[in-house]
Amino acid sequence: MAYSEKVVDHYNNPRNVGSFPKDTLGVGTGLVGAPECGDVMKLQIKVNVQTGVIEDAKFKTFGCGSAIASSSLATEWLKGKTVDEAAKIKNTDIVSELKLPPVKIHCSVLAEDAIKAALADCKEKWLKAGAPAASTT
Amino acid sequence: MALKFPIFMDAQSTTPCDPRVVEAMLPYFTEKFGHPASRNHPFGWEAEGATDAARAKVARLIGARDAKEVVFTSGGTEAINLALKGVAEMYREKGNHIVTTAIEQRAGLDTCKRLERQGFAVTYVPVQPNGLVDVDDVKKAITDKTILISVMFANNEIGTIQDIAAIGKLAKEKGIIFHTDATQAVGKIPIDVETMGIDLLSCTAHLLYGPKGVGALYVRRKGPRVRLAPMIDGGGHERGMRSGTLPVPLIVGFGRAAEICEESMPAERARLAKLRDRLQDTILGSVDEAFLNGDPERRLPHNLNISFAYVEGESVLMGLNKETALSSGSACTSATLEPSYVIAALGASSELAHSSIRFSLHRFNTEEEVDWVARRTIEVVRRLRDMSPLYELAKEGVDLKSIRWKAE
Repeated sequence: MAYSEKVVDHYNNPRNVGSFPKDTLGVGTGLVGAPECGDVMKLQIKVNVQTGVIEDAKFKTFGCGSAIASSSLATEWLKGKTVDEAAKIKNTDIVSELKLPPVKIHCSVLAEDAIKAALADCKEKWLKAGAPAASTT
Repeated sequence: MALKFPIFMDAQSTTPCDPRVVEAMLPYFTEKFGHPASRNHPFGWEAEGATDAARAKVARLIGARDAKEVVFTSGGTEAINLALKGVAEMYREKGNHIVTTAIEQRAGLDTCKRLERQGFAVTYVPVQPNGLVDVDDVKKAITDKTILISVMFANNEIGTIQDIAAIGKLAKEKGIIFHTDATQAVGKIPIDVETMGIDLLSCTAHLLYGPKGVGALYVRRKGPRVRLAPMIDGGGHERGMRSGTLPVPLIVGFGRAAEICEESMPAERARLAKLRDRLQDTILGSVDEAFLNGDPERRLPHNLNISFAYVEGESVLMGLNKETALSSGSACTSATLEPSYVIAALGASSELAHSSIRFSLHRFNTEEEVDWVARRTIEVVRRLRDMSPLYELAKEGVDLKSIRWKAE
């Protein structure tokens, strides 16, 4: 199977690889997938607690080239979005941007799951800390 | 010598034709185009002479004493189908049970699945963690209804070489027909159907530097005489077991390829084993948590299969695929989206099955190529580990098994 140019580009030059300390307020971590399925994504966002804007995003992925590309693209899209806007990113957006073939759609689903998990984690920690839930509705 | 890209190190999927093979084949497309079954003119005699000579060369390579025991097919898959289905149909009155292994090629496993749907019972003997079948397990699986034992000679993924002579001996004692899928072994390591007690043996030309589209099934004629129900009806070629006009150029190529393999085997085996060991030592010496799959000793000289923990196989191939052709047991590289059932059968975690990479060397690989592939593989694995959340967790001392993964 040949890969689309965008998948190859993200694979060769992954954006935003790395990690944030996960206990920092404003940092949300999503860890989704399972090693035995061959795909695990860790996606992290750093939200400005005043504005609710995602200021930075990072990922690490165990998986095929399409999984790496899906999570790399997700971090690119997340930066600068508010948490509400981020929640609207759909796996189908990733599929069309990366031109993923049908057998790779699960990679985009995993990336969407990772975004949702990171947002949920961020919100949970935020509420626990008793901070005002800026901009989240 | 300058390296030429891409480097081919996927020789257990196919091999390039040896130029000497192509040279031998060429006249049989044009001036020597006769039909070997044309008994009444020189064109036919010439073609028959050529196929007989090729048959003798293939027979000699596997130790068959009588060239008539070699039945040409379209390849390994057809040979395996003919062996299994042919025995099942012919000996149905005698019994309905077949013993095979969990790590056979798809042609063997899928044929067995079909036979099961037709009322046959099949026992899939497991393998040990090194990929070897315990001959005692084969023995225990035999019932009074067993008509066939089918065990592959050497595995296509991990290269493990089974104790074929011991299984052959067992089959003789029990009076059961013994088939071996030797597609990966023929031409690579010594095989003797007589001393090993093999009754049926499948092989294919394209894995031994011959052309694609031709293979053979060895069918024992004496002690015991094995009979097969044919799968293809027609003109009764190949002693009635495989009708159809013989592809003379392909068979001539197969014969020449077999002849070259026989002549060069001792030197080639040693050379490839040395290159393989060099590749293995370099990689395992530089990458932590990289595991050799299969048996370190009892394996094909040109095979190397390694699982790189925390990285997924397809992503490793993607990092190399412009430069090097390898293969992986990762689900993402298979048509079924399941990880390698061979690696899984070794009892390894499925994560390691997803992480397996097979390097398979061939006659034309060089030391420079091996060094280059080793270096690049190490680089790619390191790069992928730097972006692997599993590697990060493991380095933090987290036991990955303690995490409750949310599978899709």
